[in-house]
Amino acid sequence: MPAHDVLIIGAGLAGQRAALAAAENGASVAIMSKVHPVRSHSVAAAGGINAAISVDDDWHSHAYDTVKGSDFLGDQDAIEVMCSEAPKEVMDLEHMGVTFHRNDKGEMDLRAFGGASMKRTAYVADITGQALLHVLYEQLLKHHETVARYEEWFTTSLLRDDAGRCCGAIARDVRSGRMEAFTAKNVILACGGAGQAYKPTTNGLIVTGDGIAMAYRAGAPLMDMEMVQYHPTCLVETGILITEGARGEGAHLLNANGERFMEKSAPNKMELASRDVVSRAEQIEINEARGVGPNGAGIFLDVTVVPRKRTLEALREIVNLGKDFAGVDITREPIMIRPGQHYIMGGVKTDVDGRTPIEGLYAAGEVACVSVHGGNRLGANSLLDTLIFGRRSGEHAAARAANMGMPDVKDANAQLLEDATHIDGIIARPRDGRRVSEIKSELGETMNRHAAVFRDEAGLQSALETIGRLREQSQLAWIDDRGTVFNQDVLGAIELGYMIDCAETTVVAALERKESRGAQFRTDYPERNDQEWLKHIDITLDGDGGSGAGGPKVTYSPVTITQWQPEERKY
Amino acid sequence: MPETHDRPPEQFKLRLRRYDPESGDAPYWDEHTIELEPHRSVLEAVLQAKDRFDGSIGIRCSCRQAICGSCGVRVNGEPALACHTHLDAAKRGARDGVIEIEPMGNMPVIKDLIVDMDDVHWKKIRRVTPWLIAKQPVPEREYIVSKEAMVDVTQTMACIQCGACVSDCLAMEVDPGFIGPAALAKAYRFVGDPRDDQHFERLNDLAQDPQGIFDCTHCFKCVDACPKDVNPMGQIMRLRRIAIDDHHIVDQNNGERHEAAFTTLIKDNGLLWEAELLPRSYGGNSWFGKFAPPAGKELLSSLPAILKALVRGKVTPMGALKPHRIPKQDLKAVQAIYDKVESRPERYELNLYITGEDEPVKESPGDPVAAGVTHEVGGSEPAPTGAEPSDFPSSANGPQEG
Repeated sequence: MPAHDVLIIGAGLAGQRAALAAAENGASVAIMSKVHPVRSHSVAAAGGINAAISVDDDWHSHAYDTVKGSDFLGDQDAIEVMCSEAPKEVMDLEHMGVTFHRNDKGEMDLRAFGGASMKRTAYVADITGQALLHVLYEQLLKHHETVARYEEWFTTSLLRDDAGRCCGAIARDVRSGRMEAFTAKNVILACGGAGQAYKPTTNGLIVTGDGIAMAYRAGAPLMDMEMVQYHPTCLVETGILITEGARGEGAHLLNANGERFMEKSAPNKMELASRDVVSRAEQIEINEARGVGPNGAGIFLDVTVVPRKRTLEALREIVNLGKDFAGVDITREPIMIRPGQHYIMGGVKTDVDGRTPIEGLYAAGEVACVSVHGGNRLGANSLLDTLIFGRRSGEHAAARAANMGMPDVKDANAQLLEDATHIDGIIARPRDGRRVSEIKSELGETMNRHAAVFRDEAGLQSALETIGRLREQSQLAWIDDRGTVFNQDVLGAIELGYMIDCAETTVVAALERKESRGAQFRTDYPERNDQEWLKHIDITLDGDGGSGAGGPKVTYSPVTITQWQPEERKY
Repeated sequence: MPETHDRPPEQFKLRLRRYDPESGDAPYWDEHTIELEPHRSVLEAVLQAKDRFDGSIGIRCSCRQAICGSCGVRVNGEPALACHTHLDAAKRGARDGVIEIEPMGNMPVIKDLIVDMDDVHWKKIRRVTPWLIAKQPVPEREYIVSKEAMVDVTQTMACIQCGACVSDCLAMEVDPGFIGPAALAKAYRFVGDPRDDQHFERLNDLAQDPQGIFDCTHCFKCVDACPKDVNPMGQIMRLRRIAIDDHHIVDQNNGERHEAAFTTLIKDNGLLWEAELLPRSYGGNSWFGKFAPPAGKELLSSLPAILKALVRGKVTPMGALKPHRIPKQDLKAVQAIYDKVESRPERYELNLYITGEDEPVKESPGDPVAAGVTHEVGGSEPAPTGAEPSDFPSSANGPQEG
């Protein structure tokens, strides 16, 4: 049985950063991912990473912008940690080799981004996530002696010992189908969000809420699950993301009358208000018949106002995306976009060292909820979140590992057998239920209809009922692939279960929060209500956990406020 | 309004190369008919077949937007990202109207469209010491480096490791040990990075390795294959130029002498003088090269091939002894090109990441600054940053002339 000080599940930015930090702090590390690390969805992050590195900037300003962006639901102690450590983190990444673009003086250049009071976003063209991810992978290759890489291993469940501590995981080698129990002193979940529970979404097909669901099933609380970010600029048909960097470089949003409608909702920041504000404004235009394109379902993003040379240099990726995926030359004509599911602010509840309430279990990145994003994440804060809390988790886990022996997990083989039996059961299902793909599609459409930019009680209730039905159907859903080598079909069935857990907790939390804050806009409760709802909604799996027998149970936890009292939010 | 948004779905036929390693059967073809709008991708078509008809179809994929690099396949025999290939274009390129999708080449197939990239691709990436060896001392803040240098290495940074270039590399087909286009492009990412401290060591290593930068045969296959305009062969040529011109590395593979002989012969004669090329490549770049011992040895070992060519009339003794002739004014024109190129204060390097647009760029040709990244063209507002011409010398990237 492989045994490591620190086992990291997920190899995007948070996971790789955690691996590096743990290795540099003397731990033996394993990093495991269901895909090759450079395929992780961090690769798609385009616009940049926020840090107050300019001499005119101050991390307090960054922190305030983040607090305000979160609609005052973010925990200010965590936000202070993230923003104060940001400049050093970004410099460390620069020293590792990230090719951040420069200004004329040869210093790191900064671009404007939504919700920020000044230019504070460092970038590599519009492939910042890719550059960061590939550079971190370079570092993993450099540290190959202390970091074991399990590439293309799919995690099926977390291991806990008798005392309830997390001490490893069960995983399946995707290539061979072999199951293995991994023992670890600490497990760091870094496997991203759950965007595929929505259809369409900007997220990749691999983003299926694995870590959120596994932690939830192991008894960890989830927090802020109702807060789902809709990105203002996604291609109408496919949901593919057009970076906020476009608006950062000066692009306009126009309705069917050619008006810059952001004037109405954000007269100062205009297109660079925070994402929840812009997405809502767009949706109002669309709902009130001022949208463009077929069925008026879109909004124009006009990049032609950005100097063409600058676009080609700094927004090259979206020039190609426009050409390849929408047939539009964005340097010559506006492109049709609309809001689309992009990010979940919620996740596994952690402290500023990535610790969940389950001893030995950490979480970092989109899977986690520290909460630094609260009700709405600012653009270019997610890369920062992954790096800061990935690193802090890795450091803390390494320190914890140094003071303890390797846990003895008596039940590991029994749990391995249970998971293997479950997989065999899926493969053997008779073909009389629905296909996994059909259920997934209905789940995504349901979420996109009822748990999107605008929500209300009736819609959310109907979503909850649908999810309950889909859960039952998913337990009988059948697949085609009977093999063991690269059986993606059976993994898809397991992922469907993960996504249903994420969708259910999202809807339960959205029903619970009877106010409008950040990304949660309840048409039946259109005002923010600090009196009653300036608090986090935590959701745990009722019952003893693991069996999935219980349902979601709601509790509350306070929002940490240090320096900034809630005030009216205007852009 | 772009027309693509209103096009109705159409039926497309797919022919997928299937292979089930557990069945013991040979690979086979599997056909499915799917329905999608013509501008949707081949990946979406495969996924529709997978969702509706057969979930056992194996293909790696995630982002659907050509950034994760998972879905490298061959479409109608050509390497491509499935998500980056439109159905209508794929149908036009099909032999019989059926879009043919196969796993990539040069790599062993694991299942269906999934190949094993470890031994061929990733092992070679590891071969080039793929991490920054930072100049010391490490500054407190960022390294101060030119804007152009960072934009320039972004072209190779943009490599998504999809393997399309490896799939189609002809040199690798002949010499599987060739480090290959992707890994050498990765090497340029460090050699082009002014923060790296080991440019000479990296270049010397790759030049002396018989399967390094001089193993590339200039076939341009990787340039065509790359979905991200990384231009791997261009990066390999830049590694050669930097190794030879800037670091004066003379390699044991005769790569440096071969290039010198090639260019000298064309400059002197206007056309290649094949008979002189081999002795000069081995013995040194002059008429006397053939008398150097290494050249003698090589000529001796090549004797059977030379004799065979003589017997078959492919070369004549006279043709070998005398160079080809071209009219004097043509020779002058050729030499004028040399003069023009060699008189430049700095090498021009084409960076597709910046200037790789099909349509002509509006700047005046030949202005080295204009073709870089720093000029604003045709905009109504000043660029937020970078709108001023830079003071940095732009040796690392430059314009395509004309």
